[in-house]
Amino acid sequence: MNIFMYNNNGTNIPNIGFYICHCGHNIAGMVDVTDVQKYAASLPGVTVSRDYKYMCSDPGQELIQKDIKEFGLNRIVVASCSPLLHEHTFRVATEKAGLNPYFFHMVNIRENVSWVTQDFKEATKKAKDLVRAAISRVFFHKPLIKKEVPINPDVLVLGGGIAGIHAALTIANAGKKVYLVEREATIGGHMAMFDKTFPTLDCAACILTPKMSAVKSHPNITLWTYSEVEKIEGFVGNYKATVLRKPRYVIEELCVGCMDCIDACIYKEAKYSDEFNLGLSMRKPIYIPFPQATPQVVLIDPETCIDFKSHRCKKTCIDICDREAIDLKQTAKYDEINVGTVILTTGFKTFDAKRAPQYGYGKFPNVFTSLELERMVNASGPTSGEVITRDGKKPAKVGIVHCVGSRDEKSNKWCSKVCCMYSLKLAHLIKEHTDAEVYNFYIDMRTPGKGYEEFYDKLMNEGVNFIRGRVAEITDWALVAEEENKLTIRVEDTLVGVVRRIPVDMVVLSVGLEPREDASDISRMFNISCSNEGFFLERHPKLAPVSTFTDGIFIAGACQGPKDIPESVAQAGAAAAEALSLICAGTIELEPNTASIIEEFCSGCKSCITLCPYTAILYNEDTKKACINEVLCKGCGTCVASCPSGSIIQNMFEDEQIYGEIEGLLKFAGIELADNKTEGKEIEHA
Amino acid sequence: MKYIYYPGCSLKSTGRLYEESLLAVFRVLKIDYVELNDWNCCGATAYMAIDENQAYVLAARNLAIAEEQLKDEKEVNIVAPCSACYMILLKTQKFLKENPAEQKKVKLALKESGLTYTGNAKIRHPLDVLVNDIGEKEISKAVKNPLTNLNVAAYYGCQTVRPYSTFDDQRNPVFMDRLLKAAGANIVDWSMKTRCCGSSLTGTIQEVALPLSYVILHEAKKRRADVITTACSLCQFNLECYQNDIDKKFKTDLKIDVVYFTQLLGLALGIDHVELGIQRLFAKPVNIFKILKGDEHIYV
Amino acid sequence: MEKSILAESFALDNTAKDIVEIRRRIKYENELDKNFRKQIAESAHGEKLYGCIQCGTCSAACPVSHYMDYTPRKIIQMVREGFKNEVLKSSTVWLCASCYACTVECPKGIKITDVMYALKREAISGGYHSKKFPASVLASNFFTQVLNNGRNSEGPLLLKMYLKTNPFMLIKNMKLGFKLWLRGRISMKTERIKNKKSLKKLLQSMENVKEVNA
Repeated sequence: MNIFMYNNNGTNIPNIGFYICHCGHNIAGMVDVTDVQKYAASLPGVTVSRDYKYMCSDPGQELIQKDIKEFGLNRIVVASCSPLLHEHTFRVATEKAGLNPYFFHMVNIRENVSWVTQDFKEATKKAKDLVRAAISRVFFHKPLIKKEVPINPDVLVLGGGIAGIHAALTIANAGKKVYLVEREATIGGHMAMFDKTFPTLDCAACILTPKMSAVKSHPNITLWTYSEVEKIEGFVGNYKATVLRKPRYVIEELCVGCMDCIDACIYKEAKYSDEFNLGLSMRKPIYIPFPQATPQVVLIDPETCIDFKSHRCKKTCIDICDREAIDLKQTAKYDEINVGTVILTTGFKTFDAKRAPQYGYGKFPNVFTSLELERMVNASGPTSGEVITRDGKKPAKVGIVHCVGSRDEKSNKWCSKVCCMYSLKLAHLIKEHTDAEVYNFYIDMRTPGKGYEEFYDKLMNEGVNFIRGRVAEITDWALVAEEENKLTIRVEDTLVGVVRRIPVDMVVLSVGLEPREDASDISRMFNISCSNEGFFLERHPKLAPVSTFTDGIFIAGACQGPKDIPESVAQAGAAAAEALSLICAGTIELEPNTASIIEEFCSGCKSCITLCPYTAILYNEDTKKACINEVLCKGCGTCVASCPSGSIIQNMFEDEQIYGEIEGLLKFAGIELADNKTEGKEIEHA
Repeated sequence: MKYIYYPGCSLKSTGRLYEESLLAVFRVLKIDYVELNDWNCCGATAYMAIDENQAYVLAARNLAIAEEQLKDEKEVNIVAPCSACYMILLKTQKFLKENPAEQKKVKLALKESGLTYTGNAKIRHPLDVLVNDIGEKEISKAVKNPLTNLNVAAYYGCQTVRPYSTFDDQRNPVFMDRLLKAAGANIVDWSMKTRCCGSSLTGTIQEVALPLSYVILHEAKKRRADVITTACSLCQFNLECYQNDIDKKFKTDLKIDVVYFTQLLGLALGIDHVELGIQRLFAKPVNIFKILKGDEHIYV
Repeated sequence: MEKSILAESFALDNTAKDIVEIRRRIKYENELDKNFRKQIAESAHGEKLYGCIQCGTCSAACPVSHYMDYTPRKIIQMVREGFKNEVLKSSTVWLCASCYACTVECPKGIKITDVMYALKREAISGGYHSKKFPASVLASNFFTQVLNNGRNSEGPLLLKMYLKTNPFMLIKNMKLGFKLWLRGRISMKTERIKNKKSLKKLLQSMENVKEVNA
């Protein structure tokens, strides 16, 4: 076996420095580190062997650097914690001492040994085995060079809710170009549907619409509403997205939003359910979602327009439009854009209250969802701000049921975080609009946030009833006279310790927040992960909350998990900053653990191409060989293992490196080196 | 400076020894006082339970008389030794200050009786007067029989410091400790300083009240106190007079001297024990006398 | 409507029974008094009642809460939710010794002791209290005595209370009374102030003011 490999120092003999870390008591408490250190010293090629309390500390790193210079070490092995934590630290230390960082190798004897073993002897033996394997492996290490790729400064923001709006504006204000793609006909998202925001009771529209028009008029923002991303290819810094522009049958550039066409529609009465008002009002086939919709452009719903159904409409809308903006022949078109980074702000959906049948949503007309109430209390909503039951009466008693579809093993396990606060807000607004007696039924009142607890206190002092107990059912059967023709809420008042039946005129279900139906499709398209509950998974829950496991793809807002407006805005700002930090760096370094094809052996069978999870392999029609894009390759090794002709190799995982490691693990490979002597070696432990 | 002395009902009956000892101490320390003319009941805890408005006017009448009686003084200081009286007077003053409408009503009613209420009188507890107006230095100087080696558990009771009083800490008051320390005593550090003694429940619902007194006596014993000093007539009564019942109920021997802090201070100042009403206690406070006669202190 | 079961649980000692009792445990809204909380909150010092977060500090600080049929925390919630009958018949208000520990410790600044006073007043004026319950009888007698004489005389006060509620207690406390009498600490004389007529007039004028306001 050829062991005389590359090294930096012009000699061909591996000159290994070995270091074992105590990690306080984490390792030293279960592994005899001195024994391992002495053992490593006896292994071939090892010149220096030391143990130290904390290798990751500055003195620990300096120890390695000093030895590299003093003893001319050309391989470094550190036995300590997981490479996830400190591989980077030691590579940088190695590089600073003038050695190629890929001559460094790390052995995990904490997570893999001391933390999972209870026998001191066994642990020490296992540590020795792993160390022997690593020392055997580094004989075959090669110097590697990191690759750099340029970053396209354009950004794609997907989703035009408050998070997307804020992210787009932040990046655009930094002078970078942004494509904001929104599925609906207008931006604004859920926030546009709200009347007031908690806890300040600011008018939602008043604070949102200026940002919406800023998006529309910003020279750096290309706003595409009624559009969806169909496909995304590429890698960090160089993504190519295909965007579907759905036909609205109105030419966006020509329409000024005068709405004459809506008046002129042959339907004199609006008779189709208005999506924006959740079916609480009606619209015509030609409509605008809401008065402040951005862009101010009408659209035609082909499902309900007579001309699309029978082609026999008088087309009064076309006649009235002097700008000739209506185009019933419009078709979907696809636009391709190149961007360097993507921010996903696709938001959430509310829990479908019909999934909790005990609350009678859809069965009892006066059971509403919280979002319906948001529309109802809104002055521009279906009732012009009046809170009324379906028969048009002001309710005298209203019950607000918290945690509908949240904290429930049967639907969603998680706390939706915003419901307590929006329920308090709705309680306040209902009381303000109707002077009704309002009951809040809660399991726990969760009001962490600036000014939130104070808002709760304010509500209590307004005389809103707070009953701690999860509502078991909402029924229409009466036990006593006062319950006749009412909705009766059955609940245990757990603070008093009695079961109560509370008759009310109106029930509001505080529905929880869920991932969107197509969240998993989006995650697959952008090659990111979803957590168990289906929200997009961040790279690290604490330290990388807006990054994903795919470089250059960031997440912000409620698509990552339930959150309120200030949190969504904060995340959007953070995601924008992350994107800008990549853009400003201009280039990005890639790990060199990539695979490559040995062309002379490749038979062109294409079996690797379909297996690659990162679409990094292409087939070169000219040479009839596979070809790996090193920028896309993540070094997963799938293609290496699958290649029938063994024509794919991967940096850092070459056959001889792996065999060396295996042989070392099983039994030291029996390689004899010229100067294999224990005497004269630097043996020391701190 | 002249003080108005407002005894309240109990200092004339069960708490007579409190009055006797307090006034004796005042005389030795040359504190000038005069008893409030034709004072009436403060309202205590029970009156409030029946009629709130009347309770306030009841207390306000005393304050108005005091203002009248000391109209030549620069400021009106009322000493209220009973903690219920002290608390009620403070509460009334605070309530009337914060509710001008109520104050107007009370003023009007008092006017018909020929009295004026301004709300400017200062309501003082004897502890407040002794520590803040006289001072520990002066008291130390006046001590004739230092209380050396006597372990004293100072018990303040609830209403002396709660909830309106401002002269001492509400959770861990120290004024009585400071005063008796100035007289040479060892102060026992304990957590029962402001725990409820059972108040009037001893007379009404004994099964609830006795355990409350029990824990206080028990803790004092455990902390090796020779004597408990109190600043409230109900506390002194509850802790002293029910010791037999408590011992019987809990099968213990918790006999301990319970005296007013003024009695102990009076002895240290060299006042005759009859003048201090010591003979009115249920048992002779042997531990105290041992010290004062110069006997070596033995904890029994 | 059937009487509330909550009111039945009024008892100081634990009345464990041999037989299993089946009792209704549901509360209808028409059994509650929705104005009750307003009434208590509007009584002096009750204004912060609505802000109660049900943390239970009051119950834990209270030296007698373990004897109460409802803890102070529960009483506040019951007042807020209109359980008038149960609250006013409970032992809680009469067990309160007015030590103010709850008031001092309450994180929301609710004057719980004063709320208890308000409840005591409601219980007596509404006739909810037991005519044989010593704590409420003591309060009533105290009131009459002070109203008529201007001062409270401990001897006659206790004598009257024991006679009205539990003469057995009187016999039990005879020895104590005698000991006090020997030491000059109690007498059967009724204490009076000089201007007791003007005081009574003064107190009753407050009564009139109240009526005028009402």
